[in-house]
Amino acid sequence: MNIKMDRTETGLLLALPLLILIAFVLPKWVVNYVQVSLGTGLVALGVMIQMRAGLVSFGQGLYFCVGGYAAGMLAKFLGISDLFLLLAAGILAALIVAGIAGFLLRRYREIFFAMLTLAISMILFGLLSSTEELGSTDGFNLPSATYLGWAPEGETGRLTLYTFTALVVVVCAILLNRFLKSPVGYINEAIRENEVRVEYLGTSAHHAVHITYVLAAVVSSIGGVLWALALGHVDPEMTNWTTSGQFVFISILSGTGNIAAPLIGTFLLEILRVYAVEISPNTWQMILGSVMLLTILYLPKGLWSLLTTRKSTKPSDDSADKISVGD
Amino acid sequence: MQTAVAISVDGLGFAAWLFLSSVGLTLIYGVMRILNIAHGGFYALGAYSSAWAIGLFVNSGGAVVYSFLLIPLAALLAGAIAGLLVERGILRYMYGRDEVLMVLVTYAIFLILEDATKLIWGTESYVAWQPAFHFGTINVMDIPYTVYKFIIMAVALAVGAALFLVLNKTRVGKLLLVVIEDREISGALGINVTLFFTVTFVVGAILGALGGAISAPEISVLPGIGAEIIVLSFAVIVIGGMGSIGGAMLGALIVGFARALSVHLYPPAELFSIYLVMAAVLAVKPYGLFALAESRKI
Amino acid sequence: MKTKYSLMASAALSALVGTSAFAPAVQADDATFKIGVVTFLSGGASGPFGIPGRNAAEVVIEAINAGTMPAPYDTAGIGGAMIEQVVIDENSKQKVADYQKLVDKDEVDAVVGYASSGSCKAIAPEAEKLKQLTVFAICGTPQIFEEIVTEPEYLFRSMSHATMDNVGAARYVLDTTPELKTIGGINQNYAWGQDSWRDFSETIAALKSSVEVDSEQFPKIFAGQYGSEISALLSAKVDVVHSSFWGGDLEAMIIQGAGRGLFDRSQMVLTSSDTAIPRLGAQIPNGTIIGARGFNGPYAPDTELANWFEQAYFDRFGVAPVSPSYQMAQSIMALKAAADKAQSSDPDAIRAALAGLTFESASGEVSMSLSDGHQAATGIAYGTYEFDASTGKGSVKNVRSYAAGCVNPPVGVTSGEWIKGGFDGATCE
Repeated sequence: MNIKMDRTETGLLLALPLLILIAFVLPKWVVNYVQVSLGTGLVALGVMIQMRAGLVSFGQGLYFCVGGYAAGMLAKFLGISDLFLLLAAGILAALIVAGIAGFLLRRYREIFFAMLTLAISMILFGLLSSTEELGSTDGFNLPSATYLGWAPEGETGRLTLYTFTALVVVVCAILLNRFLKSPVGYINEAIRENEVRVEYLGTSAHHAVHITYVLAAVVSSIGGVLWALALGHVDPEMTNWTTSGQFVFISILSGTGNIAAPLIGTFLLEILRVYAVEISPNTWQMILGSVMLLTILYLPKGLWSLLTTRKSTKPSDDSADKISVGD
Repeated sequence: MQTAVAISVDGLGFAAWLFLSSVGLTLIYGVMRILNIAHGGFYALGAYSSAWAIGLFVNSGGAVVYSFLLIPLAALLAGAIAGLLVERGILRYMYGRDEVLMVLVTYAIFLILEDATKLIWGTESYVAWQPAFHFGTINVMDIPYTVYKFIIMAVALAVGAALFLVLNKTRVGKLLLVVIEDREISGALGINVTLFFTVTFVVGAILGALGGAISAPEISVLPGIGAEIIVLSFAVIVIGGMGSIGGAMLGALIVGFARALSVHLYPPAELFSIYLVMAAVLAVKPYGLFALAESRKI
Repeated sequence: MKTKYSLMASAALSALVGTSAFAPAVQADDATFKIGVVTFLSGGASGPFGIPGRNAAEVVIEAINAGTMPAPYDTAGIGGAMIEQVVIDENSKQKVADYQKLVDKDEVDAVVGYASSGSCKAIAPEAEKLKQLTVFAICGTPQIFEEIVTEPEYLFRSMSHATMDNVGAARYVLDTTPELKTIGGINQNYAWGQDSWRDFSETIAALKSSVEVDSEQFPKIFAGQYGSEISALLSAKVDVVHSSFWGGDLEAMIIQGAGRGLFDRSQMVLTSSDTAIPRLGAQIPNGTIIGARGFNGPYAPDTELANWFEQAYFDRFGVAPVSPSYQMAQSIMALKAAADKAQSSDPDAIRAALAGLTFESASGEVSMSLSDGHQAATGIAYGTYEFDASTGKGSVKNVRSYAAGCVNPPVGVTSGEWIKGGFDGATCE
């Protein structure tokens, strides 16, 4: 594999120390939102790489939840709290579930892919909501993470988890960036443009979609593990369609132009919500909705285009295509 | 035997409600290719205005029998005003954008409508049960059902038939099919495409509001009811085939019977029966049951 | 292109800095006592729970600041400090981060509220971790102190958990229906509904083993349409149907069920139903067993404090307070009582005073007697509904009260064990 880094990757690597520094400089509550945003941001990333292939998953919460519950159940029933084992469990669970579901889902495109992913995630929601051993809709709590036998507590524990979260997220982002530039990544773009031609060129679109789907599941699951550990709690709400919907909205709002966009977008949206609630506790949804509309109207390529518009002065007409799913 | 009859009546009753609550969604999708999340907002608006109007009317001494008229009236007004505002005020600036982006747009509109409803009617619940019991009940195999349930079934059939006739037997309907087939060419032929879009969206909004308005007497109308209907109506139209009126009817019947069956035979399955059916149908028929040729929607 | 990354970094940084810039200057003013009020302001639980709770908090806090509450709370402020409230929405996907924001950014002295058991489970360990005085006002699950925080220092719950509702309901049914043979249930398919039905049906089984269960319905929460479930219950023809429905679902179920004669065919027991009385009036059939999750609403005692609360709430909002209002009021009165006892507005002093305290609320006497003095135990009352056509108002009659010791497990026993074990140590008069 090419070791040479592109701009995005250098940027991400440079951002890592900065991200970690934040934990020591900024107030705790902001760091908390950064941390949960890193977890959910990974899921948005999973949604985004599928969007590159023209696939919109309205059920990505499934893997967010699979990760969280895999880690949670390992802790609850086997008493394991080692971060690396929990991450491994999340990845393994996602590999199995996505590997199997992928055989079905890779045949679907457009709105039908969206709806089938939604249906599958809601079946898990129904199952978990009626399983009293796992706390039903109330979910259950997770212990604090340990690291190869080291069990930091209090402030140290918080900072350690944060540092690891930042590290894992940046590594995932870099690997995904590599993926987007790999042959499969380019095939995905071609699938979005015209799937029939891809097949005529002798490549299997199903194969590429399957790989992408599993990969997206794995990062989402990692996001789920990290988020659950930061929160110390999992519940079936993680796989509810409203949660999955949010990941899609974040990906669209942030734009699919760059791997870092969903991560930053998640945090910005979270902060927007916090202040909307503070300014107007009873009608914060209205503020959120209006900001979304204005963003779509003026930044059709997503927030990321704020950073790239200098390049081209073309009107937004054809730009809409790039965001998303072709038809 | 009693169970079998109960399952049929319950299934039909629930299906009628589902059809009324989702037909507007499939109409808008069929014509405009917009998966309209704001549909939930229209449903809530219809429910609120109908419950509010009925309550006002009955409490001021109006005869209950006339309050039935308030249901379609409330749906018409609420749907037309909100639909026009949304389409003329927001959506028309967004046409031509990608389908998925439009989902986000309608989600943002839904959030705004949710709070707008709260600002208009507050957070206290509204109940307007009078019409639901005006005609009493009918016993079917020793189980009483309200006559209102059967009225809803009749309305659902009538709405379905009316839409079918307008789309297939009138000039407007045929022109609409042309617009669906090819937007640009129909524009070149002199068809006012913009007008068709506006009218379709408003009709869809009115149908959404009707779903809410007609269920208002049976439920308690309060914040959050709009969100509940969204995913349910998605399931219905996806099962039937998106954009097809007949499909919405079939989808509603399948979901209605799936729920009635699970409630009577195995209650714990009720929570996810709908999604199981949806996954099963999509696994066999990837485009839903009634999806015909790609562009021939509706 | 070089500028792109510096731009990205600066965008993110400015967002970060921006957020911290909003943080208020350090609260040097000791004369205020800041309370974070967490309640549902959006979604399906906002109408029946969240808003009545927020309203109650407003009424009580203003009265405390003005010193207009009746005795024993007729002094102004919390330990002399004026209360300032910060209200946030419980309907959020980042409940814990929101809580941490209240603690860290808003620097609240105490947090009160939370209606959902799921929220409480997630927040409970956080409160201890952040050493933040927190009083849960509602949430039903008994697990909070039985399993999650077993040695609480900072966390309190100012009302009994849901076990009481259902043990009380079962005792009332057995006391009033001696020939009980079959029971059925319709409960929402989520933790609250499942727990409620389990506690109720197991209590009946433990106290009268000959009773059979027929038809257990678990519709989805916020479903609104219960036609099929009601048909199933109608054909089951059980003696008693138990339901822990609340809010809009409850009202819809009463409308649909009563209209089809379910309430005539079976004796209905609605454990959380006082909220429906002002709205449905004559639509609730007479004889329905009504619960209010404690001595709230129609079961509120005839004390100066209770009457004041009912009147003040009514004057302000034009409707009578419902059980979530009483529960929220109770959590703030708990703080006030503890501060009065400690003669201080210092959270640590309040915390020390609150543990094990017995105080008066609009729902009568509350004693923080369980879980090292952090969990309240109160009694409960049930009665049957009676609508008075001449006044247009509903009320309850045939009221029976059960003392705290009769419907709550004794210290050191979990609710589940207590019920299964046949109520060892229960003290019923």
